[in-house]
Amino acid sequence: MSRLIATRRLVSNIFVPRLATRAFCTDAPAKLNDVPSGSHFNKEPEGDERFMNDVPQHDIAIVGGGMVGMALACSLASMPLTKHLSIAIIDSNPALSNGPLIKKDDPPDPRVSTVTPATISLFKDIGAWEHVEQHRHAYFDKMQVWDYTGFGYTKYNARDADKDVLGCVVENKVLHKSLLSCLQNKDFNSTIYPTRLSSLSLPTRSVSSAGGSVSSTSSKNLANLAKLDLSDGTNLYAKLVVGADGSKSRVRELAGIKTTGWNYSQSAVICTVEHPTENFCAWQRFLPAGPIALLPIGDNFSNIVWTMSPKDASNHKIMNEVDFVKAVNHALDSGYGPRPESRVFGGDVLSSFFRPDVTSSVHERFEPPPKVVRLVSDRMAFPLSLMHANQYASKRMVLIGDAAHTVHPLAGQGVNMGYGDVSSLSNVIADGVAVGSDIGEVTLLKKYEAERKTANIAMMAVLDGFQKAYSVDFGPINILRAAAFNGANVFAPLKRNIISYASGERRLPFLS
Amino acid sequence: MFRRMFSRSLYRLKNLSGSRGLSLHNSSISSDYAVLAAFQPLLHNRPYATTPPPAAFASSLNQTELAKFAAIADSWWDAEGPFKPLHVMNPTRLAFLRSTLCRHFGKDPFSPRPFEGLKFVDVGCGGGILSEPLARMGASVTGIDAVEKNIKIARLHADLDPVASSIEYRCTTAENLVEEQMTFDAVIALEVIEHVADPAEFCKSLSSLTVSNGATVISTINRSMRAYATAIVAAEYILHWLPKGTHQWSSFLTPEELVLILQRASISVEEMAGFAYDPLTGQWTLTDDIGVNFIAFGIKTANNSSV
Repeated sequence: MSRLIATRRLVSNIFVPRLATRAFCTDAPAKLNDVPSGSHFNKEPEGDERFMNDVPQHDIAIVGGGMVGMALACSLASMPLTKHLSIAIIDSNPALSNGPLIKKDDPPDPRVSTVTPATISLFKDIGAWEHVEQHRHAYFDKMQVWDYTGFGYTKYNARDADKDVLGCVVENKVLHKSLLSCLQNKDFNSTIYPTRLSSLSLPTRSVSSAGGSVSSTSSKNLANLAKLDLSDGTNLYAKLVVGADGSKSRVRELAGIKTTGWNYSQSAVICTVEHPTENFCAWQRFLPAGPIALLPIGDNFSNIVWTMSPKDASNHKIMNEVDFVKAVNHALDSGYGPRPESRVFGGDVLSSFFRPDVTSSVHERFEPPPKVVRLVSDRMAFPLSLMHANQYASKRMVLIGDAAHTVHPLAGQGVNMGYGDVSSLSNVIADGVAVGSDIGEVTLLKKYEAERKTANIAMMAVLDGFQKAYSVDFGPINILRAAAFNGANVFAPLKRNIISYASGERRLPFLS
Repeated sequence: MFRRMFSRSLYRLKNLSGSRGLSLHNSSISSDYAVLAAFQPLLHNRPYATTPPPAAFASSLNQTELAKFAAIADSWWDAEGPFKPLHVMNPTRLAFLRSTLCRHFGKDPFSPRPFEGLKFVDVGCGGGILSEPLARMGASVTGIDAVEKNIKIARLHADLDPVASSIEYRCTTAENLVEEQMTFDAVIALEVIEHVADPAEFCKSLSSLTVSNGATVISTINRSMRAYATAIVAAEYILHWLPKGTHQWSSFLTPEELVLILQRASISVEEMAGFAYDPLTGQWTLTDDIGVNFIAFGIKTANNSSV
């Protein structure tokens, strides 16, 4: 990209004499010295064909090269109908150009994601999972969920839904690096711009009726495309701009898309801890202030995601390590309430009555989670909120991943929803190319929106419901929750439904 | 109104079949026509053609139909305007075209530009809604339309995309192209034949434009009771998808009639499909139900085969 920056300066030198002679460029002399704002070059009168060819034009510009943006690039690279498209990835993260290699004996990074089987199959399809498997990753096939009241617990086993695994816990940097390697190994026309987006102009609807005869054909072409101005002064044109730049998306802001949502009055503290033995199960205990989750990450390490009030979060972040480990063990097992009994409220009766429907995991006893002995990483805290963009798509612009929606981490679904968006958008783009549509056309993008909005809103409603249900400490509600725990534990169809919905096999809950 | 409607259709049937009896028994919708045939109404001239076409009429154009389209020409590319149903249906039609033409010409269906090197003509191209995607799929497209305004709009819009600017738009008729002895690998006339005055002559022109063993694709609306209820009453009067008077039920062709007139023009229809609309999702899909909208793909047989 240094070549691009060099040519910009060269271009300004080459074009000095030309601009001086133009009659209709009134502020040209003043702006010639103002080199950094390179965008004014492109607003120049349109007769200059040679100049126009210097401005890069791409089919798709992905703003944000994180886990979700890179996954979209890899997905497009792996499909025969879309691998001819030219893609620009705009992200100032230095890891994209020449990131440090991940060393095997580094302790696990606390930023991890639980990928569902649906996401694993997406990665396998695009050829990135083999790269993930070369680094640390932890499949888990068991999960235990209970709360502090001690009235009930649910043990999920992948075998209940005839699967091998419930999910896999992988560090975010591993996912990102795998996607990057996958993209580099493919013969794909993608360019990385290591900079940030500063402004964006999307074409308005009235372009087709603009009948100005002064402008040449090439400028009419460009007026119909989206123009991106980057913070290092370069510009590029694209038929479609994909906003994959996270919850504070600049693309969403520039496109004027409003969001709905609210802040949870909770923050999450994340860190990596070590056990005496390897952990193979995912544990989640709902406490009065929020759930604490213990996820296996590989070797003897686990990842902790502990949701609590923001004040407690900052306290836990700064307290010394020994106290923190004690607090974690207290939260996981010994504190806040009793352990659930293994058979509660006539569980024997229930299981004998519904014998054919009962899952094998009913007979598994409640297991206390493994003890934490040591903290091995820094603690991070970040606030939690729910956010949903009102629209995912508009002319020549579409949002995916956290730019479109953010959720509570209590079910590990956030990034998986983003990967669902990737899968859907790449299929929609492929279908569009198959029938010769313009890929930035709103009607095509609205198909993606219709597909993903329903699924995402349904998931968000379920997760928000859980979050609200578990923030109330009130006798009857506690009993109801316990009944829900026991019910989910005992009834096989319900458990199978829950597992298959959470694994990403079905888009909507409770509809087969 | 009903009597006039029936009488017009009967006039149509007589006109088409000529001395050959049209076999209606095999049609699934023949029961409707058995009822019609039982009527012995007075035959009226078609009141919609302001001048009845003379016997030696060279073009199959219908002036009133042209005027209807000229009036709304500016809104061709407004996806929410009067042409919205066409925009929504477009991907489905293109899917049919892609699959049949790729198979016929032996092209790779996974290639992004499978029609590279083939010459297509889009007869009655309107604003170019079909021509542009075909050009993006690699074909060399010629778009023709009898309404000058449509061609202007089509050219303006095509200039916005470098790939589409290779489309040649001409304000002419199929008959004129025949006189110029132009031929194409595929002749595509979608949603046109219900607006021409003489469908049989129109099909003959299309056939002359097709190379031997080339493809001819025609889509139209079936002349069935269901089509009257959906395409005219529902679409024009209730949902206001189309301006009133866009379609005349009597100008619709049944699939059997279309196959027959194409056969007479040396085109053998190989595949036919219908379009179904799902009101819940607002999407069109390809289906076997040819009761309302249908599309027919035919191959031009060698010139010396007799019908």
